[in-house]
Order: sequence, then structure tokens, then C-alpha cells
Amino acid sequence: METRTVRVVVNGTAYEHEVEPRRMLGDFLRHDLNLTGTHYGCEHGVCGACTVLIEGRTARACLTLAAQVNGRSLTTVEGLAHADGTLNVLQQAFTETHALQCGFCTPGMLMTLTELLNETDSPTEAEIREAITGNLCRCTGYQPIVAAALLAAQRIRDQRAAAPAAQATE
Amino acid sequence: MKPSEFQYHAPTTVDEAAQLLGTLEDARVLAGGQSLMPMMNFRYLMTSHLIDLNGVEALTRIEERDGRLHIGAMTRQRDIELSPLVMKRAPLIREAYQLVSHKQIRNRGTLGGSLCQLDPSSEQPCFTAALDGVLTIARYEDGAVVTRELTMSDWALMYMTPALEEGDLLAGISLDIWPEGHGYAFEEFARRHGDYAIVGVAALCTVDAQKRLDRVSLTICGVAPGPVRMHEVETALRGRPMDEDALNLAGDAARALDVMTDAHVSTDYRQHLAGVLTERALKSAFSRVATATYS
Repeated sequence: METRTVRVVVNGTAYEHEVEPRRMLGDFLRHDLNLTGTHYGCEHGVCGACTVLIEGRTARACLTLAAQVNGRSLTTVEGLAHADGTLNVLQQAFTETHALQCGFCTPGMLMTLTELLNETDSPTEAEIREAITGNLCRCTGYQPIVAAALLAAQRIRDQRAAAPAAQATE
Repeated sequence: MKPSEFQYHAPTTVDEAAQLLGTLEDARVLAGGQSLMPMMNFRYLMTSHLIDLNGVEALTRIEERDGRLHIGAMTRQRDIELSPLVMKRAPLIREAYQLVSHKQIRNRGTLGGSLCQLDPSSEQPCFTAALDGVLTIARYEDGAVVTRELTMSDWALMYMTPALEEGDLLAGISLDIWPEGHGYAFEEFARRHGDYAIVGVAALCTVDAQKRLDRVSLTICGVAPGPVRMHEVETALRGRPMDEDALNLAGDAARALDVMTDAHVSTDYRQHLAGVLTERALKSAFSRVATATYS
């Protein structure tokens, strides 16, 4: 059987692995790298649970081949928390607003909203709702997810306003 | 769900890709993978060879050349949507992309992939037809890569079937550039945000010194296998003031189209939508004509 070598950086850690060409990125993350935070729902690009960032941009891990991320840098939900294990601002907002019930869609929601908050720290409610149209929550708890994103955005703005000097020197 | 086994090829040049496609038996091209990969996951589609174009740098570009806008077939939809050049030269495209699926999909999906997929309701063939798209096709023949051009009007052969022969590779798309300040609008009706439209309409227009309609482009998707350009209406509208008569003329022509039907959407409803959306798109395009272009 033909295999391909995949060299990839996930959450800052370099990995090298031999894969079958048909290995999907989601299976690669979960089974080969044991990064099971990325969830697999529909496996055909509809539910958004498997959303990861490839070079900072969201993509469906179920529609991407592992071979296609060779040489790329990825972020998965495991890469969001700080090194000491404390939650980042978006994750913290999720816990405070109860933005997860069963938690299955949460990794995808977090990655999608991470991309949005990287693009803008002042998204409107409508923009947040539009951003998560590609992510399904079967508990239908969209309201607190939107609230979490608004809260996280507010805190990011507050942090930036409080530390303009630190930001300027970064 | 796992695709069936295939051999994976990752060419880095158009020549290499065309040669692989022209010589391998039972080969498929992988563009953004947002339609092909689900079909492979479900095993609706199985292939011996998968030729991944994502590493072909030369197929990703957005540039203005010889008075036209050139977009490489593998350019990501999101890159086109965010391109300042596209916004300046073809704002219709930015508007249409707001209606195309979700950001996660547009981040990966490509314009060329969408044109080859040719979903009848897709916004992308529609704006390509509205902007008089010309497609560059590459193929490997007698040891060399040759290219030819096809107009968008010759692209759709039948339902989800573009005019590609075996071994053909869509390399690029060129689009007409309308004068600065032209009016544009993309109107559609879909059941949910991000879904394919049931019917969609792209409208472009310029006006003359008397604020009468001058050049008009009207294209409807979701009514036939390929986008339908309303050439007769475009000609009939030229020189007319933008009034009820003009709207009726365009709307009535759209309502009279011979449209497809399926289990979910009847002919009547599609015709109704075509009429309403055509009127709305034309009106909206006209309202956006920048006054600076009148004189």
C-alpha cells in the first residue's frame, strides 16, 4: 500500500507520520496524533464539529486529506488554552455563559469563533450569528454561544484598551 | 466514512497536472474538495488516482490584464471575496460570495472547482456568466500542454456537466471589467443562509447622460442546468428610463422562462421567484450606479 509522509505542526508541536492517501485530516488528528479534541459529526462537511485552523483559517477536517496539510501549521481546540492549562478568553466566556450543553459541537464552535475574533475584536451579533451558520449545535444552545462570543470580544477590547503600551511594543 | 483507496498525486505545475490527467487511467482532479470529498467519503465516487491541484501555485492568482480580470481556477473563494482588486473591478462578486455557503467552506473552496461542479443553483457560474466569463482549458496532447478558450455560454452541457472532455483541466477564468461606478446586485432566495439558492439573479448596469439604462447584464441561476443570460431583455432595456415598464419587461421575461422542476420546487414557484428577483436585482443595481458616471 502506498503511503505518504506528513510533516505538520499542530499547536506548535511538530509531528511526522506515514499515512494512507485516503486518511482524512480528522482521523489523522484523532487516531494518529491522539488529539481527540477535534470531533467528528457528519463526516461530509455539514455539521462543522471538526473545524480546525489551517494556517489560521477554518477548514473542515473531514473534507481535507491528511496528505494535504504536509508542511502546514494547524491549530486545534487543544491549542487554545494557555500553557498552564487555564482557559483562554473565549473558552472562559463559554463556561461563564453556559455556552455548551453536551459539548459535542464546542470544538468546532470555538475554532470558528477564534477565526472571527482574530479578524475583528468588535463583531456585531449578526456577524457572530453568520460566522456560526456553518456549525450545528443539536442541543440548539445558540443563544449562549452568541453571548459567549460577545463577552469574549468585549474582554479582548478591554485588555487592549488597558494595555496599549504593551501592545505597541509587541 | 472513508474514501476507497486511491493513489495520490500532488503536482506543482500546470504542465505536470495536465500530463497526469492526460495519461492516468481513471483519474480525478481535487480542487477545494468541498463537494468531491463528501462524495468520496460516501463512496458515491471512487477513483484510482486523485490529482490534487492545491500545490499548483500558478493556478492561484487574481490580476488585471488586457482590460480583464483574471482569476486562477484554484484561487480560494475567500481570497476572491476579500480581494481589493475584485472589490474595485467586480463588486458583484463580493456581494455574491456573501451568499455562498459558510466561511469554512469558502476558505477551502475554489472558483474553478465550483464552475466544474456546476450546481445549477450555484452563484459562481451565475456571476461568471454575468461578467462574460471566458474559461481557459489546458490539456496534454502529443507531449505538450495546449490551451483553448471557452465562453461561459458554452460551458454547461447538461445537469452538472460542464463542457470538459476527458483530460481537460480548467486552468483559469477571465471576466469583463465594467466601468467604475456601474450598478450591480446579486439577489437570491434560499431556504437557509448559506444554502444553494432556489433561484438567484445577477444584475449589472450603467446609465447614460439622461439617466436611462445603458448597458445591462441580467443572469438567472437555478432555472436551468447552467446560468441563463437574458440577452434579449438586456438589449430591450437599453435606452429606457428605469421605471415600472422597464421592471415589468425584465420580470415578465424571467417569469416566462422555460424552467426546470424537481420534487421540492415547482415550475410555477421557480418562475415566480425568477420574476421577483430579477425586478429586485435590476432595481437594486440601478440604485447603486454612482452619480459620477452619469456625465
